[in-house]
Amino acid sequence: MHDGKAVAAIVGSGNIGTDLLAKLRRSANVEVRYMVGVDPGSEGLTRAAELGVRTSAEGVDWLLSQPDVPDLVFEATSAKAHAANAPRYADAGIQAVDLTPAALGPFTCPVVNISDQLDSPNVNMITCGGQATIPIVHAVSRVTPVPYAEIVASVSSRSAGPGTRANIDEFTETTAHGIETVGGADNGKAIIIINPVEPPMIMRDTVFCAIDPAADRDAITDSIQRMVRDVQDYVPGYTLKAEPQYDDPRPGWGDRARVAVFLEVAGNGDYLPTYAGNLDIMTAAASQVGEQLASKIIERDTAVRV
Amino acid sequence: MSMWDEVERDVRIVDTTLRDGSHAMAHQFTEQHVRDTVRALDTSGVSLIEVTHGDGLGGSTFNYGFSLVDEKQLISAAVDEASSATIAVLLLPGLGTVTDLRAAADLGAGAVRIATHCTEADVSIQHFQAARDLGLETVGFLMLSHMSSPEDLAKQARIMADAGCQCVYVVDSAGALVLEDASDRVAALVDELGSDAQVGYHGHQNLSFGVANSVLCYRAGARQIDGSLVALGAGAGNSPTEVLAATFDRIGARTGVDKDGLMDAAENVVKPFITRLPVMDRSSIVQGYAGVYSSFLLHAERAAERYGVPAHEILYRCGERRYVGGQEDMIIDIALEIRAEREPAGAATP
Repeated sequence: MHDGKAVAAIVGSGNIGTDLLAKLRRSANVEVRYMVGVDPGSEGLTRAAELGVRTSAEGVDWLLSQPDVPDLVFEATSAKAHAANAPRYADAGIQAVDLTPAALGPFTCPVVNISDQLDSPNVNMITCGGQATIPIVHAVSRVTPVPYAEIVASVSSRSAGPGTRANIDEFTETTAHGIETVGGADNGKAIIIINPVEPPMIMRDTVFCAIDPAADRDAITDSIQRMVRDVQDYVPGYTLKAEPQYDDPRPGWGDRARVAVFLEVAGNGDYLPTYAGNLDIMTAAASQVGEQLASKIIERDTAVRV
Repeated sequence: MSMWDEVERDVRIVDTTLRDGSHAMAHQFTEQHVRDTVRALDTSGVSLIEVTHGDGLGGSTFNYGFSLVDEKQLISAAVDEASSATIAVLLLPGLGTVTDLRAAADLGAGAVRIATHCTEADVSIQHFQAARDLGLETVGFLMLSHMSSPEDLAKQARIMADAGCQCVYVVDSAGALVLEDASDRVAALVDELGSDAQVGYHGHQNLSFGVANSVLCYRAGARQIDGSLVALGAGAGNSPTEVLAATFDRIGARTGVDKDGLMDAAENVVKPFITRLPVMDRSSIVQGYAGVYSSFLLHAERAAERYGVPAHEILYRCGERRYVGGQEDMIIDIALEIRAEREPAGAATP
């Protein structure tokens, strides 16, 4: 805690860490005091240092040797690095927001379940496609049972990093799991498409949910529209491209109807380009989660002082 | 390592009736269709037969259409019927996974064809490695090859070959390549890969060049050529396997297959059960012309009917936006957009 804000560190000085820093600098509850990388030549570290953030290329060893360790750490490295770092954060009493696919802590989505996880030592941000689509699956499943939900995420080739490319199965499997455990569908399926078109396409997501043919379609549409507004609180470029589309049961659908939701996710353009809505929604959601965790930390700290 | 009889065959005809044909059948193959077709192909000497949902392992979805019969059951039936042919499965990284591939290998599939968009080969590296670890024959598909230059395509082929792919295909998913467009790409891949991997060609008939391109690609060094019985495949269908067999025989290229047996299979096994004979109609010609992934056809027709807009207009727009394989969801999006454009115009017309 410092000046009424929770003190945070960003571990990882690449594109994601840099964009996250830009977002957190607008936070009322979080002060980013540290940014840590492993490459002394990292542009992200130079940029952060210019903004007055204490930086080091000596990794987590340096961070944990500081006299004041942070309250919160945002991990924007790799699953492998986070698996190694996580126990050390926990030992130091630092709460971790994990943007990697390590998935050590519970899956979190700010508009669905963060309020249940404010005391969790480690929360995981699922995947970009998960952050974009799970709120919609949840919006449907809070109105009517969803036996099956399927999402298709289309992203620009330029926004698909080497980590995603080297382990694309991790995306599909983790997202599918999140659709079930956080979205509330009995069964989840996720598909990612990488499109190299120039100028780069803005992230698109389509969510299909199987529903009872007799489900209240107006109530579902209303729930989806409310959810979109809630996500817009932290991703202003999160929009419905069309009204939700309802189709009556077709052969092969097991007597179920379908609702289809067409989303576009434009980023805020803080550091990452606007078309990279897939990356932006991760940093925006992580920043939103950080805000919530920080407010709990502040509340706890204030209570102790009183 | 030689995966097929390259001494007896100058070119290997690979049959994809039971995979690409799945699109034309709206994924409604039965186990009997699979058994009868595999038996006929196997008896006629076809050495590699692909059997999977049209969009590959895990393709049975809202977005691409649900399979009537679980593809695992169909793969098992195919393996059971094939006495000498190898059964191949298709896998699109981003849709199917290594877990799906393991399951297919456990059922007896002996080969996998791993498909990526023509500029995105690096997403397939983990799958090729897993496939080689499983002891599978490996083939790489560079889809919508018309969207890349021969030089760029060759660089992507190199990524697949280095990952463990034994034959990289120039895949004309849109049926957009015309003669040298196809053979120049094959030549560039042959030049890049040398003896590291073979080169293949997969054609569609949207502009009617499937067989002609196949002959040119063979002359440019392709050693594996795809076909489907009665052309059963996405868009206007694939190069007909029975026509490839007759044509290669006519030009003196040994295929090791029995052309008469394949003609019989086309007439008497496949034609009786199919629900539509692939045809070069307005929509599929537009696909070839505008460079649209062939499997968008039935989805565009369905959206056209649902939203009262012309299928060919939807497809033209898919081509303009350069949507890639797998983006079938955008078809509904475009249909809604065209409908919305028409509504205010219609209302304002006096």
